Amino acid sequence: MNVQFRESQEAASPLTVKTAIADCDIHPARATRTELYPYLAKRWQHHLEIYGVHAYQGMMEGPPYPKAQPNASRRDAYPPEGGPQGSSLAFMQKQLLDPNNVQLGVLNPLNTGQGIRNHELSAALCSAINDWQIDKWTSKDKRLKASIVVGNEDGLSAAAEIRERAGDKNFVQVLLLSRNVEPLGQRRYWPIYQAAEEAGLPVGVHAFGFGGNPITPSGWPSYYIEEMVGHSQCQQSALASLVLEGVFERFPKLKMVMIEAGFGWAPSLAWRLDKAWQRLRSEVPHVKRPPSEYIREQVWWTTQPMEDPERREDLFDVIKWVGWDKLLFATDYPHWDYDEPSRVLPAGVSEANREAFYLGNAKKLYGIN
Amino acid sequence: MASLIAGGIDCDVHPAVPHLTSLLPYLNDYWRDQVTTRGMVDLVSQSYPKNSPITARHDWRPESGKPGESLEAMQRHVLDPFQLKHAICNPLYGVQMVFSEDLQAAFCRALNDWLVKEWLDRDSRLRGSIVIPTQSIEKAVAEIERCAEDKRFVQVLMLVMGDTPLGKRALWPIYEAAERLDLPIGIHAGSAYHNPPTAVGWGSYHIEDYVGQAQAFQTQLTSVIVEGVFAKYPRLKMVMLESGVSWIAPYLWRLHKFWRGVRMETPWVDRAPLELVRSNIRFSLQPFDAPPEPETLIRLFEHMQSDELVLFSTDYPHWQFDDQDALPEGLSPDLVRKIMIDNPYATYPRLK
Repeated sequence: MNVQFRESQEAASPLTVKTAIADCDIHPARATRTELYPYLAKRWQHHLEIYGVHAYQGMMEGPPYPKAQPNASRRDAYPPEGGPQGSSLAFMQKQLLDPNNVQLGVLNPLNTGQGIRNHELSAALCSAINDWQIDKWTSKDKRLKASIVVGNEDGLSAAAEIRERAGDKNFVQVLLLSRNVEPLGQRRYWPIYQAAEEAGLPVGVHAFGFGGNPITPSGWPSYYIEEMVGHSQCQQSALASLVLEGVFERFPKLKMVMIEAGFGWAPSLAWRLDKAWQRLRSEVPHVKRPPSEYIREQVWWTTQPMEDPERREDLFDVIKWVGWDKLLFATDYPHWDYDEPSRVLPAGVSEANREAFYLGNAKKLYGIN
Repeated sequence: MASLIAGGIDCDVHPAVPHLTSLLPYLNDYWRDQVTTRGMVDLVSQSYPKNSPITARHDWRPESGKPGESLEAMQRHVLDPFQLKHAICNPLYGVQMVFSEDLQAAFCRALNDWLVKEWLDRDSRLRGSIVIPTQSIEKAVAEIERCAEDKRFVQVLMLVMGDTPLGKRALWPIYEAAERLDLPIGIHAGSAYHNPPTAVGWGSYHIEDYVGQAQAFQTQLTSVIVEGVFAKYPRLKMVMLESGVSWIAPYLWRLHKFWRGVRMETPWVDRAPLELVRSNIRFSLQPFDAPPEPETLIRLFEHMQSDELVLFSTDYPHWQFDDQDALPEGLSPDLVRKIMIDNPYATYPRLK
């Protein structure tokens, strides 16, 4: 949500130093349309000028469901020097990183090279955005870490990009989106999981993306809110696919992070998978253990947008079932549905759980000392 | 397990059409000829393959034929032992998969007439749902009005995965007729397979389709709420059948949060989604998709903040529980009475 800072709150006061946090979902933006061109071959620069990007949706610019606010971002997040929200490191430091004492910020660039029908262009754009993350962000602020963006529909080129970046400490995870041409457990995506496991990098699956499939199993709905809420259903189907195709069984060291799709649904999905698996396991003999075990062991969850029960303490039941050790705090800066760090947790959390939730789990998962 | 009480209402049982040829007596000459000369085959949906363990409990599975095709078996397996006052028949024959509105209308009409003759006329405890040809809204409304003359039809039946989201305005004449005729809309698990069965495409497995039903129910609830169906038809009830129940509260927490954020997009939604669900939406009990510990169950019902949402069902002959254990452990006697008797009567005016 929009949080209007008063001037006095914006300036970091030495008397009110906050506890350090990790923000596991920050969206850096390009300041200009051509900001990636220095990282792209001439061929692709020409291609973009003439043909643009053809995604698995019809609009040449912008999303098919108009967002609630420009760029789905906070109105107070426009940098003073111009450009869209999230496009200035200096302003991100001033508005997000410094006042919240963010010790680790994980960058998840959206609207990049993913969900594009031309897979060669997809690979080129992903490689460019990865170079750009280092140049513009992580090399300039050591608190920030990048995600390796990969051409999601071509598992082989995606795996090559992961191997290219493996060992580079600028990167802490591989980034996929939840909506693809097929459910994420399908074989075309396995090279991605194999390369990520080899590189010791978690695979983050961020809500959104375009794969050409309607966002409900009954076709296209009417409203932006249906798309927003629907991302959690997409994420559930993607996770069910990962479990039922045996991805966790085949890649036992693989760690996956569900980003910006909520976690309140996780216990229910795991119970439902377990109950169905008890009856139908002969169809999926490669799924050797109850599905909930894979999910409990190999899946992490970013917190934003935190589910919002009327009685806020109801959330504690869900967190207990998901695991306090599996949640990663995130704000989603600069998007409009930003979660304010000081307000997301109801009272009554132990110091150890609070520390794990805000910082400890993220540092451990992403290997940050 | 919690103790059953006599006189309950089973809101979800599935009488099976033995074969497409069973409907021939209920088709006119033209359609009977079409079925035979074109060699049309039995309409069995992928949602429930005949031999899948989910499709029939092993001790409810007949030696031959389809599970659920015999009234005597249904009496022996559920109507008598559960001491039911009524059971609502929801036929899951694959007529929704048909694309032609004419063919679908003929099949739906035959299916509804078959249900009356072969089931409702033969056991006074049975009640029926009207299966409608959604390829044509006009024909669907006509079928509702035709069948509603018979008070033993207590509900209109639709699949959770169809051609469009269920809140879409084009479908509203169906809801107008249903509200006017005191018929709740029952939305049952299953797909017409006119769209991929998940929002991220086609999965590989039957189990994936089955697990995915819950996500389909979630998207449909969003659709009917934000399109404003209940602002327009405030007396209309919708019943989610074979939906699962453990996802309801966390799903609503998310919907509620976004509704507060972007309600300017759908200003006609003048009540909070949580309130709309409490007043207009109900859920059948089985499959009860929570772990067996009573303390978890108690917390889940607490999260729903209402004891009026859940309606008793066995989901016969699908395999959701063993023996007589339809009621999960931990339900208080008061809640059992609400689930088995009070809530169904409050939902279905025609049961009275």
